[in-house]
Amino acid sequence: MPPSSVLSTPSTWRRGTDAVQLARVIGDVVATRKDGNLAGVTLLVLQPIAPDGRPVGRTLVAVDAAGAGVGETVFFVRGKEASFPFYPTEVPADAGVVGIVDHWDVEP
Amino acid sequence: MQIARVVGTVVATQKHRAFEGAKLLLVQPLTLDDKPRGTALLAVDALGAGVHEKVLVVMEGRAAGEALGKKLAPVDAAVVGIIDTVDVTE
Repeated sequence: MPPSSVLSTPSTWRRGTDAVQLARVIGDVVATRKDGNLAGVTLLVLQPIAPDGRPVGRTLVAVDAAGAGVGETVFFVRGKEASFPFYPTEVPADAGVVGIVDHWDVEP
Repeated sequence: MQIARVVGTVVATQKHRAFEGAKLLLVQPLTLDDKPRGTALLAVDALGAGVHEKVLVVMEGRAAGEALGKKLAPVDAAVVGIIDTVDVTE
């Protein structure tokens, strides 16, 4: 179980954008004309969630480096790091799914 | 990345040389039901997106510079895709 501090919101983070790393995959995006380095990369619509599973913050679009699908709970990273799984291809991404969550527990 | 609508273009004659040849677009971020969310922002465009098109905008400096094809370019947002469809099932 991750310590709850991992999932809390440091005051320096922008509210609703950098708050959480867990999300539900709620959809996908199709774009035919796109940056060449995004070719073959799946684009997922994520709804960030709080440790209790409720939606929190804005939805976003992320590249998929874990083979996730709609309906799954995932963890994701923000920033340049989102492109690291595709190295040496320099994928222009600011958010990326890096794991599919089997289950998680939060102690009350 | 964010889903956004292109709402305008910006012309600037005097600018950093990294912007030479780059198109500047005003994009309005959208919610999943296509309503405006937050304020419009400026993004560079290397794809040729037009006004009214729905686009995918990356908001991170290095990724935006890559999209522009120029590393270390002083940009923080770029259009990286022109969206055909968004399917949301939940």
